[in-house]
Amino acid sequence: MSAQPLLRVTGLRKFFPVRGGLLGRKVADVQAVDGISFEVARGETLGIVGESGCGKSTTARLLIRLVEPDAGEIVFDGLGLGDGLTLSELRRQAQMVFQDSYASLNPRLTVGDSIAFGPRVHGMKAAAARALAQDLLRRVGLDPALFAGRYPHELSGGQRQRVNIARALALSPRLLILDEAVSALDKSVEAQVLNLLGDLKAELGLTYVFISHDLDVVRFMSDRVMVMYLGKVVEIGDVEAIYADPRHPYTAALLSAMPSTDPDRRTEEAPLAGDPPNPIDPPPGCRFHTRCPFAEEPCRRAEPGLNPAGDRRQVACHVNDPSSGHSRAGRQGEAA
Amino acid sequence: MAPPPAAATILPPAQRHRGYWAGVGRRLLRDRVAMACAAVLLAILLAALLAPWLGLADPYRGSIARRLRPIGFTTPQGFTHWLGTDEQGRDMLARLVHGARLSLFLGVVPVVNAFVIGSALGILAGYAGGKVNMAIMRTIDVFYAFPSVLLAIAISGALGAGISNSLLSLTIVFVPPIARVAESVTTSVRALDFVDAARASGAGAFTIIRVHVLGNVLGPVFVYATGLVSVAMILASGLSFLGLGTRPPEPEWGLMLNTLRTAIYSQPLVAALPGAMIFVVSICFNLLSDGLRSAMDVKL
Repeated sequence: MSAQPLLRVTGLRKFFPVRGGLLGRKVADVQAVDGISFEVARGETLGIVGESGCGKSTTARLLIRLVEPDAGEIVFDGLGLGDGLTLSELRRQAQMVFQDSYASLNPRLTVGDSIAFGPRVHGMKAAAARALAQDLLRRVGLDPALFAGRYPHELSGGQRQRVNIARALALSPRLLILDEAVSALDKSVEAQVLNLLGDLKAELGLTYVFISHDLDVVRFMSDRVMVMYLGKVVEIGDVEAIYADPRHPYTAALLSAMPSTDPDRRTEEAPLAGDPPNPIDPPPGCRFHTRCPFAEEPCRRAEPGLNPAGDRRQVACHVNDPSSGHSRAGRQGEAA
Repeated sequence: MAPPPAAATILPPAQRHRGYWAGVGRRLLRDRVAMACAAVLLAILLAALLAPWLGLADPYRGSIARRLRPIGFTTPQGFTHWLGTDEQGRDMLARLVHGARLSLFLGVVPVVNAFVIGSALGILAGYAGGKVNMAIMRTIDVFYAFPSVLLAIAISGALGAGISNSLLSLTIVFVPPIARVAESVTTSVRALDFVDAARASGAGAFTIIRVHVLGNVLGPVFVYATGLVSVAMILASGLSFLGLGTRPPEPEWGLMLNTLRTAIYSQPLVAALPGAMIFVVSICFNLLSDGLRSAMDVKL
């Protein structure tokens, strides 16, 4: 891992306006992503986990500017977006695979044409783009002679997702954002696609941002993991370290809700009760305090910052911050 | 982490890859009702195009002595008026066939014009969204405040009678509904991930519309527009009936219906003929558009 991260995100924020009333005035904001910062090192896989609606997908779309951020900075390979790096260059370097394999392919185009579209846009000749598409189909394990001329509805979900991966690779990106890319697949097909992703990463030297709600899959795929809750990063660090010893109560709750087939590893701890609060009106202070078993007065008052906690780990929890005034503060920090 | 054997083996290899439109054509050809309607329309169209060479009587020449003769009337000279004569003694068959030219023209051309203009506006509004959408669609909503018949009459009335004016007014009448369908389809297509994927691959709005939006939007809009042809014919006939469209003695079904209405008691069958033609052509267009709709409905 070189010193300069492939992707550095600072203070990324996106509020979606909620319009109402007769004149469509803005009445509120959905605070989808609220000031998150993280880095992705060259060649690593960063997993992003969290419940539905925590801002995972918005983060993915913000990274390649499919959604315009309200604030925040994206630095790709040392070049800031708008500061040495153009949007089209960022989008060539960073590509995305979407969850819905069917909706992400144009039903009127053959899969070969879908894959060739990006290179064609970037000025590649039709014949060369077709050849590239066939090569990419072969790479993702689909025989081009059989598949290049097919339409999306003639393919199975797993095959379509392979096509989507091939399409994302068509511009030779360095970063691949996988937004729940395997979540809609059968378990056996999912395993095949995950293996394919692993192979492609090794062959092409890719870097992944792997978004999923499936904790097992994230553990299998990722080097580091970022846990999100209501538009905030609550914990980020090496995947094994976090899975072994979650520091944030939310991470702990999330992991304890993970079904295990090993009787020795079953926990008696109660998983989280209830739904996350409404992101239109998130609770003050720590956003997790409404569901947190350790919530105290400081949690209701002040929002915890994302502070270092041990080796390459950051946690946003008052318990982790000795100066926060939380009764448990310092105890875990000292232990680590 | 051995690479899995390609999932390619699951599908049989001997599948022919047909284009989407080839599939639509194939399904449409199998639809007997749609094909029958297409045949009827084609026959009428051919007759209309070839009218001067079909050996028909002169559609403009009347005879005071032989007004409003019944169907199958044969003159002493041995000429048979297969469909009788109208209130000026003109041969009904010749007038109906010649009338098909204008009636079909007034049915199809405004819809084609409105299809082009309406689709462009609707796709622009749907793809751009936001304020552009607001500006276009609210302007179009203004036209919805008036019933289409009233709007056509108002515009034609303001512009004056005549074929080109009724063409214009009918075009204006059909732009709003077509634009609205195009807008709603475009909006739903715009929200699909493949448009985002195309944006992510660096394509500009124009390229995305050309490659990814048009193919998915024009089909449904085309089906809708096909159904409007019959409405256009009826509206055009209505305008002629009111004296705002075609001027006599030009043969046109709506106008003929108007002038023959006085004969409804003496020669009801003859008087009903132009209406019957309008009915047949309309229903054929409607059934054909229904067939097209089902043929274009891709089943997964």
